[in-house]
Amino acid sequence: MIPVPFDYQRPSTVDEAVRALSEAGEDGKVLAGGQSLIPMLRLRLSTPGALIDLGGITQLRGIRQDGDDLLIGAMTPHADVLASPLVRRYVPLLARATATVADRQVRHLGTIGGSLAHADPAGDLPAVAVALDATMRIVGPEGRRDVPAADFFVDYLTTALGPADVLVGVRFPAHEGWGSHYEKFQRMAQAWALVGVAAAVRRENGTIVEARVALTNMGPVPVRARAVELALTGAPATADAVGSAAGSAGEGTRPTSDLTASAAYRSHLATVLTGRAVSAAAGIG
Amino acid sequence: MTVTAPRPAPEVGSARRRKEDARLITGQTMWTENITLPGMLHLAILRSPLAHARITHLDTSPALREPNVVAAFSGRDVADTQGGLPCAWPVTEDLVMPVHPPLAVDEVRHTGEAVAVVVARDRASAVDALAAIEVDYEPLPVVLDMEVALAEGSPLVHTDQTTNKAYTWVFDSAQAGTGGAVDEAAAGAEVVIRRRYRQQRLIPAFMEPRSVVVDASADQLTLWSATQIPHVLRFLLAVVTGTPEHRIRVIAPDVGGGFGGKLQMTAEEMIAVLAARRVGRPVKYTETRSESLMSAHHGRDVIQDLELSARRDGTVLGLRVRLTANLGAYLGLVGPGVPLLGAFMYNAIYKFPAYRFECQGVFTNTTLTDAYRGAGRPEATYAIERIMDELAVEVGLDPLEVRRRNWITHEEFPFTTVCGLTYDSGDYEAATQKARDLFDYDGLRREQERRRASGDPVQLGIGISTYTEMCGLAPSRVLGSLRYGAGGWESASIRVLPTGKIEVVTGSSPHGQGHETAWSQIVADQLGVAFEDVEVLHGDTRSAYKGMDTYGSRSLAVGGFALVNACKKVVDKAKPVAAHLLECDVSDVEFSGGAFRVRGTPDGGKSLADCALAVFAAHDLPDGVEPTLDADDVYDPVNFSFPHGTHLCAVEVDTQTGRVSIRSYVAVDDVGRVVNPMIVEGQVHGGVAQGVAQALFEEAVYDADGNLLTGTFVDYTPPSAADLPDIVSDRTETPAPDHPLGTKGIGEAGTIASTPAVVNAVVDALRPYGVDDVPMPCTPERVWQAIQNGGGRS
Repeated sequence: MIPVPFDYQRPSTVDEAVRALSEAGEDGKVLAGGQSLIPMLRLRLSTPGALIDLGGITQLRGIRQDGDDLLIGAMTPHADVLASPLVRRYVPLLARATATVADRQVRHLGTIGGSLAHADPAGDLPAVAVALDATMRIVGPEGRRDVPAADFFVDYLTTALGPADVLVGVRFPAHEGWGSHYEKFQRMAQAWALVGVAAAVRRENGTIVEARVALTNMGPVPVRARAVELALTGAPATADAVGSAAGSAGEGTRPTSDLTASAAYRSHLATVLTGRAVSAAAGIG
Repeated sequence: MTVTAPRPAPEVGSARRRKEDARLITGQTMWTENITLPGMLHLAILRSPLAHARITHLDTSPALREPNVVAAFSGRDVADTQGGLPCAWPVTEDLVMPVHPPLAVDEVRHTGEAVAVVVARDRASAVDALAAIEVDYEPLPVVLDMEVALAEGSPLVHTDQTTNKAYTWVFDSAQAGTGGAVDEAAAGAEVVIRRRYRQQRLIPAFMEPRSVVVDASADQLTLWSATQIPHVLRFLLAVVTGTPEHRIRVIAPDVGGGFGGKLQMTAEEMIAVLAARRVGRPVKYTETRSESLMSAHHGRDVIQDLELSARRDGTVLGLRVRLTANLGAYLGLVGPGVPLLGAFMYNAIYKFPAYRFECQGVFTNTTLTDAYRGAGRPEATYAIERIMDELAVEVGLDPLEVRRRNWITHEEFPFTTVCGLTYDSGDYEAATQKARDLFDYDGLRREQERRRASGDPVQLGIGISTYTEMCGLAPSRVLGSLRYGAGGWESASIRVLPTGKIEVVTGSSPHGQGHETAWSQIVADQLGVAFEDVEVLHGDTRSAYKGMDTYGSRSLAVGGFALVNACKKVVDKAKPVAAHLLECDVSDVEFSGGAFRVRGTPDGGKSLADCALAVFAAHDLPDGVEPTLDADDVYDPVNFSFPHGTHLCAVEVDTQTGRVSIRSYVAVDDVGRVVNPMIVEGQVHGGVAQGVAQALFEEAVYDADGNLLTGTFVDYTPPSAADLPDIVSDRTETPAPDHPLGTKGIGEAGTIASTPAVVNAVVDALRPYGVDDVPMPCTPERVWQAIQNGGGRS
C-alpha cells in the first residue's frame, strides 16, 4: 500500500538530525535502514509527519576498538557487523545473532541501531545487548548520554530514547575467549524468533566460571536470565548441570500468547533452548 | 527448397528452456499493472472492517472534495445496474444462490467485502481519499464455524434466506449401480475406522496480485485482467452486463500465477467496469497483497468425517465420507462444485467395493472459497491416504503392504471404479517400486527402529502417498451431468505464414505453465518446423476467440489433443499442394521426417514452407485446392486424464520442540509421455512445495469476530526455498492410451500427492508417543502439543 504523505529530511550530521527531530516533535520518526519502519508505513500502522533519515550521516557507520570495548556506529548495516573481524573476535555472540536476522537483503539495508531502537521483542539483537551489558550512546537536545542496555529497553517497542534523541552507537565490552551461541527458534526460515536465547560462557577447564544469558521474545523486553546465570556460575560444564540450570529459564519472563505460539509453549521452549544455547556456548556435546 | 537433411531429433521429450522465461522473470513484459492507457484513472476500494453488519449510513461525497478525485460511489449508487457475480456450478437443483453484488448494498457479509470506490487521477490520491468516505455500520451476528452455522437457530449469513446450508449432494455406489452399499460393508467388517480430518483454509497466494484495466470508451468494452479465464470471462461479462459479446474483448496478458485463485469473475473486475463506464475513461485497479489475502478467494476449509470398513487382512470393504464444506459468504464461480471434484477420488487407486459420499455446503461470514490447486482432489487424497495408514496400524501391516493389497493392479486396466470412472491406465506397482528404491525405504525403516529403540529425542517418520487424480477437465457430457455451466473442450488453430513460420493460437490461457515452449515443441515435431519458428498466441479473445482456458491440469491433456489434431489437418491440406510441387499423385505423397516426399523416395522432398509459399502465391494451384494451410480443431475429451504416482517423505521430529524437518522427499510421478521434462519437474517441485505448505506452514485464521488474522505474509506463511527439502523427482511412463501424445496432466499432481505424505510421516514418527493425528498445519507447537496429549512414550 501507499504510506500517508510525510516530510523527508536527510541530515548529514547528528546535530542536524537532533534539530530536525526537535522541530518535528511527536510527529517525527527516525529512519535507520527502514526494514521495520517502511513496512509499517506501507500498512499505515505508523503515520509520522516527518521522517529523518540517518543514512546521510557517514560518521554513524563503522566499527572500532576503544580500549577493552568495541564501538559500533548505529547506522552500521548488519552485513558489516557480520563481516567484521573485530566483532567476530571480541563479540562473537553479536555475530552469531546477527547472522540469523531476517534475510540477506534485510541484512544489507537494516542497521544495528535501527534494530535496537525499534525494540521489537522478537528482534534478535536486544537480547545480545542485554546479555553482554552493552551501553547505548544517545545524543539529544541536552547533549550526550550513555544508557545501559538493561535500562534502554522499557516496554514493547519502547526505549529510553526521547522524541528528539538519536541513538548514535553501541558499546560492547569485549568478550574475547568466551564461548557463545544464539539459539533461535522460528516457524519459518526467515521469520522472527518465537523464542531466542543469547548465551555467552567463560570456561576454565571443566568449570563454567561466568555466564551471560538473555532471552528474546519472552516478554515485552529482553529478559536477562539471572537465575540461570547464577546456577551456571561455578557449575561443571556438563549436560546435566546445564540442563538443570536451564530449568530456571522461565523465571521473570512474561511471554505472550499470539497467533504464532502460546505462552505455555514459549515457556517450554525457553527451557529447552536455553539448555541448547548454553551447551553450545560451553562446547558441551 | 529440397529437403535432404536427416530428420532432426524430436522436440517432444527434450528439456527445452522455456521461451517465455526471460520476460517473465525480468518483469519486462505486459503484466496488467504495467499497462497505462491515455487518460487512465485509478481506483481504490473501501472494504468492510466488519464480518457482518448493516450499513446504516454511507456518504461518498466528502471524498469528492479530496485532491485529484474524479468520482466516488457506493453499492447503493449502482444497486440497480451492477448485477450479481455468477456461480457457474449450481450443483443441485435446490442450491441456495444468494445475490452476490460486486459492491455491497446495505449489508456486508465478510471482512474485506467491497463497500465503496474512489476514482482519482493517481493511485495515491485514490487511496488517501478513501478515508474521507463516511460509513456507519450496525453489527449483525457473525457466524464463522460451519457446524454452528448448520445448527438450528444459528444466525444467518444471508438474512433473506432461511438457512446457512447451500446444498446437500450425495453419491452412493449402491444407488448409482457402481458398487455395493456402505452399510452392508460396515456390518460385515472386522475393522471399522472412524476419523475426522480438517482441511484448513488456505489462500492461493499467487505471486502477481490481481489487477484489472478497463476501457469502456465508444461502444466497446475492453478488459485486461490478471485472470486464468479470459474466454469464460468474456462470456460472463456479456451475460452479466448485457454488453453484446462481439463488443467485448478480454485480454489476459502475461499472468503471474493463479493456482485456481484467478479462476473467478471477481468483484474487482466488475467494479472496474462500473467505474470505467461511470467516468467515461479507462481505469486501473491493482490490489495490495493485504487486500489479496483478505478478498481474493480462499481454498480448502472442509471437515471430513470418514468411516472405513475392512477385513483383518487389510482388504477394504467400504468407505463412507461425510463432508462439510465452507463456501464462505457467497458462492464462487465454481465453488460449490469443488467438493464434487473430490467426490470421485476418495477411492483413489483402490478397489473399494462400496462407497458413499455426502457433502453439505455451508455459508459463513468469511471470504468465499473456490478452486485452489487440485480443487477437491487434494482433500480426498489426504483423507484416504491418512486413513489407509490408520488401517495399516490397526491390522498390523506395513502401510505400503496395505496399499498393495487394495490397489488396482497393472493388468486390471482399464478399470471402472466404485465411482463409475474408468481409469485408462496406470502402473502403481512400478511407480511404488521405483520410489521405494530411490528412497531406500527399508534402510530408513531400520533407522527408525534404531531411533525408537534408543529413545532418540529426534524421531524419524516415514510418510507414504500413493495417489491418482482425475484431471484434464473434462468431458463436456460429464460436466453437464454434474450440472456445471460450461463444456470442457479446448481449441487450437494453426496459421501457416507465407514464409513457413507458424502461429499457434491456443484457447488455453497460461499463467506460468510454459505453454509457449511446450506447444512449440509439439508443433515442431508435427509439422517439421524449427522450434524457434513457432509463435504461440493466447489469452486475447480477439486473436484466440475460442477457448475454455487453463485449470484442472487440462491445457496439454485436452488442448494438446486439439493441437495435434489441428497439425494433422494442416498436413492433410498441404499434401495436395506438395503433390503438385513434386509432380506426383496426392496418394503417393507421404509426410515423414518433417518433409513431404514421394512414397519410397527417401531423398528429395518439399517442406511445409515450400507449400506455404505455394499457397501464398497461389499462381498455379490445382483446381479445388484452397489457398491456405491454416487449420482449426476443437476437441472434447472422451475421458479424464489419470496421472498417478508414489511420493515418499522422511521427516525428523524434534520431540523436545515439536519441530518437523523434512529429511528426504521422493516423488515418482507417472504422467504418461512427457513433452518437456524440465517443465514437468518444475510442476512437481512447485506442486510439492504447495502441498508441503499445507502440511506444515499455511493456514488462514479468523478471530472470533471474523477478522482475518493472517492478513499479511508475516502471519500467512508460504514457505521459501529455505523451508523446503531437496526433492528427488523421477517418473515412470505409462502412456495415456487415448491421447495422441500419450500425455497426462501434471499441474496439480504434486500438490495432491504431497500433503498426506508429509503428515503421514509426522504421525508415523510419533506413533510410539501415542499420537495418531496432528492437525494441519503441523506447526512445532501442535506437534509438541500432540506429544503432550499422546499419553507418553509407549
